[in-house]
Amino acid sequence: MTTRFDRIVEDNAWCPGCGNFSILAHLKEALEEMGLDPLQSAVVSGIGQAAKTPQYMSVNMFNGLHGRALPVAQGLKVSNPSLTVIAEGGDGDMYGEGGNHFMAAIRRNATIINIVHNNMVYGLTKGQASPTSQRGFKTPVQTEGVHVEPFNPIATAISLDASLVIRTFSGNKEHCKAMLKIAIEHKGYVLIDIFQPCVTFNKTNTFKWFKDNVYELQDDYDPTDKVKAFEKALESHPFPIGVIYKGPPKVILEDALRDESRVGDKPLYSSTVDYQRLGIEMEKYI
Amino acid sequence: MRDSVSILIGGKAGQGIASIETLLTKGFKRAGFYTFSTKEFMSRVRGGSNTTLIRISKNPVNAPVYKADIFVPLDTNAFYHAQDRITKETFVIAKKGNFECDCTFYDHDLESLAKSIGSPIVSNTIAAALVFGLLGCDVKVLRGIVEEMYPNELLEVNLKALEIGAKLGEDNGSCLYCIEPTLSATQTKDFFLSGTEGVGFGAIAGGCNFISSYPMSPSTGVLTFLAKQSQNFGICVEQAEDEIAAFQMGLGVWYGGGRSITTTSGGGFALMGEGLSLSGITETPMVVYLAQRPGPATGLPTRTEQGDLELSIYSGHGEFPRIVLAPGDPKECFELARSAFELADLYQIPVIILSDQYLADSYFHVEQFDIESKQPVHHIVKTDVDYKRYSLSDDGISPRGIPGYGEGFVLVDSDEHTEEGLITESMSVRNEQNGKRLKKGELIRNEAIFPEIVGEGEIVVVGWGSTKHIIKEALEFINDTNIASIHFSWVYPLSEAQLAPLRNAKQVITIENNATGQFAKLLKQHGIVIYAHILKSDGLPFFVDELSEKLVSVLKEIR
Ligand SMILES: Cc1ncc(C[n+]2csc(CCOP(=O)(O)OP(=O)(O)O)c2C)c(N)n1
Ligand code: SF4
Ligand SMILES: [Mg+2]
Repeated sequence: MTTRFDRIVEDNAWCPGCGNFSILAHLKEALEEMGLDPLQSAVVSGIGQAAKTPQYMSVNMFNGLHGRALPVAQGLKVSNPSLTVIAEGGDGDMYGEGGNHFMAAIRRNATIINIVHNNMVYGLTKGQASPTSQRGFKTPVQTEGVHVEPFNPIATAISLDASLVIRTFSGNKEHCKAMLKIAIEHKGYVLIDIFQPCVTFNKTNTFKWFKDNVYELQDDYDPTDKVKAFEKALESHPFPIGVIYKGPPKVILEDALRDESRVGDKPLYSSTVDYQRLGIEMEKYI
Repeated sequence: MRDSVSILIGGKAGQGIASIETLLTKGFKRAGFYTFSTKEFMSRVRGGSNTTLIRISKNPVNAPVYKADIFVPLDTNAFYHAQDRITKETFVIAKKGNFECDCTFYDHDLESLAKSIGSPIVSNTIAAALVFGLLGCDVKVLRGIVEEMYPNELLEVNLKALEIGAKLGEDNGSCLYCIEPTLSATQTKDFFLSGTEGVGFGAIAGGCNFISSYPMSPSTGVLTFLAKQSQNFGICVEQAEDEIAAFQMGLGVWYGGGRSITTTSGGGFALMGEGLSLSGITETPMVVYLAQRPGPATGLPTRTEQGDLELSIYSGHGEFPRIVLAPGDPKECFELARSAFELADLYQIPVIILSDQYLADSYFHVEQFDIESKQPVHHIVKTDVDYKRYSLSDDGISPRGIPGYGEGFVLVDSDEHTEEGLITESMSVRNEQNGKRLKKGELIRNEAIFPEIVGEGEIVVVGWGSTKHIIKEALEFINDTNIASIHFSWVYPLSEAQLAPLRNAKQVITIENNATGQFAKLLKQHGIVIYAHILKSDGLPFFVDELSEKLVSVLKEIR
């Protein structure tokens, strides 16, 4: 399917067969089918293989630093709330280098679609452990295998009462697209953690492994039940995929900052300075 | 009659020094004096020993002196803390027996007096009124201020305290410290501003509409100032999880077309290094207010130093242009903070406003000035379909588009990128883009603000940033026509025009509030020969009397 988000790419830096291609395709289609305007959308990314995604799309792009997509995305959303803002990157990018920003972003609850390509490895730097690498995973650095428990982004997000927490799998097109659409439609912060096989550096968590180790949540599952959601978050082998948690309505960052400062809805670039008021305020300092 | 008087108030944190300072500084200014105040304090919320120095004068006064004419120790520790600042002539207002000194004692137990009218806490008001009376000032002025400050049930007892204090002051009769007011009625309506407030108002004038910071002394004042003004001027305020995020959020805001600032001190600025670099390569504007305190690491959290000039110039990996501005007083804080936004936007670079604890926390008499009410120019273009964020241009500036405004995509990239903004490893494109960014450095140099020169002598004394008025007054005191002084408020990058006056000097003496002469090193890079450095890095600013002595001894060597 062709979309308005397609870009002609002469030189893609991903390995053939990498799960990133599927995520890119699902994302473009989901955005297209949701009727989004590429010119009014922006993808902010960090550094890593996953973070290259916006390079291969027709969309506004801020390809920043490793770990720093979320703060840039939040600033952008406050600066111009009419933009659809996506913050995208890998598991190392978002959960490792950007871990503090990840927690703060969940709590701030700006309307941001936080897409994390979770391949359980550092791809770009050639195969070291990531925060989500499973125990025993051997790498050139973790020569005896990873000896710590993997970071659980889903449980963490639920504990911070994230507005919406989703997990999906790049290899399940229907599911992945459906989940992306739910994320795109949501007001407030969304974590969408996407299992993604890295064919080059992760020979353990392969396409088949993911396929065998996930199951779809059924329609009768209630994501608003926080305790149930926690239980789901702690399940592994197989891992549940779907909308795992939907938090109660809460304050949205861009609305709050704009209400508090009485800026209103207009983008900040259209603000003007009230010099008369400035004169009055300065008079108080005599 | 005296030309100027220095009043030192010492006490524990939380003992009410601040209320005496407010009462007296407001009172003195309204009573017709040029007034200046500065404070030094410990990094603790309660206890310790802190002082506030207030100077009043017939002439403009904008700098601290070390020796006190009048000293009000609010407790015993204060006395020992400030012992060195007392001379034979110092008039110490305190209960005799509590301390020993070769000074003039005004033996009064203010606390007991306060208790006698029913409230020990009003001893501060008694102290302020006493000082006011001693100087022969009209206590009616002070009364007006007390009425403004205490509009509630505390008013009556404070007015009583005021009368007691004023009477004690007058009774002392000798008028040893009396001083004639000089300000005209309009001058008493001049501003009384700190460096913090100068930067805050300047940022507002520059169109700042977003601030994200992580609190750190002595920069936090600007954060709280802008938060307080948030609703008046539509400024979105967000406390960041760390300085890394504070800077990055700011970049996101600028990318979207807003104007943001972040505020920090050295430790936080160190964390912003990668952000500066990102601003450099993505050509996303950013404004940082860096209020210095002594390092390394946590150093002396509440004290002052000019120790981060090199950090501000060299921080951030890779090579990219930036501007570092170092205001010398609150008026310059206003002007430079305002232009920081314009410069950042115009050149698409990071601009650093370099202040320090001394300037941030000191109050200066600032002549009324017209705020030019010209709206900030947003250097933003509406994009067309073929828009390229990093199009090559003669001057290195590519028209800056923002997402959602026009028909084109705005692609910005921390990787080396094509004109379009996509990642590339082409060496020729690298050279073009790197060259384009660095070319802006030359344009910027041409914008450099010319340093302020006083005097025409062949011996040139150089200062930068917050030492401006301290050096000025020291030289006025020395009164030697052979000396000129030059003050830099634009410290990086330096232009040949700025340096020319130094090249013609017979001897150059640099004065810096740091241990290694960081600005002198920068001057040396430009081939300026430095004859002598006067340095200080104990956490306090220079004092006029101290600096004058040091200068005199350097000048002796020259002759
Ligand atoms: C500050 C910083 N530290 C380290 C790196 C090197 N680095 C780039 S990407 C990366 C990790 C990539 O892993 P992940 O985020 O999971 O992305 P993937 O390549 O697996 O998609 C690292 C360590 C960097 N670019 N910047
Ligand atoms: S290294 Fe792994 S994650 Fe990166 S492109 Fe190749 S397969 Fe994909
Ligand atoms: Mg990864």
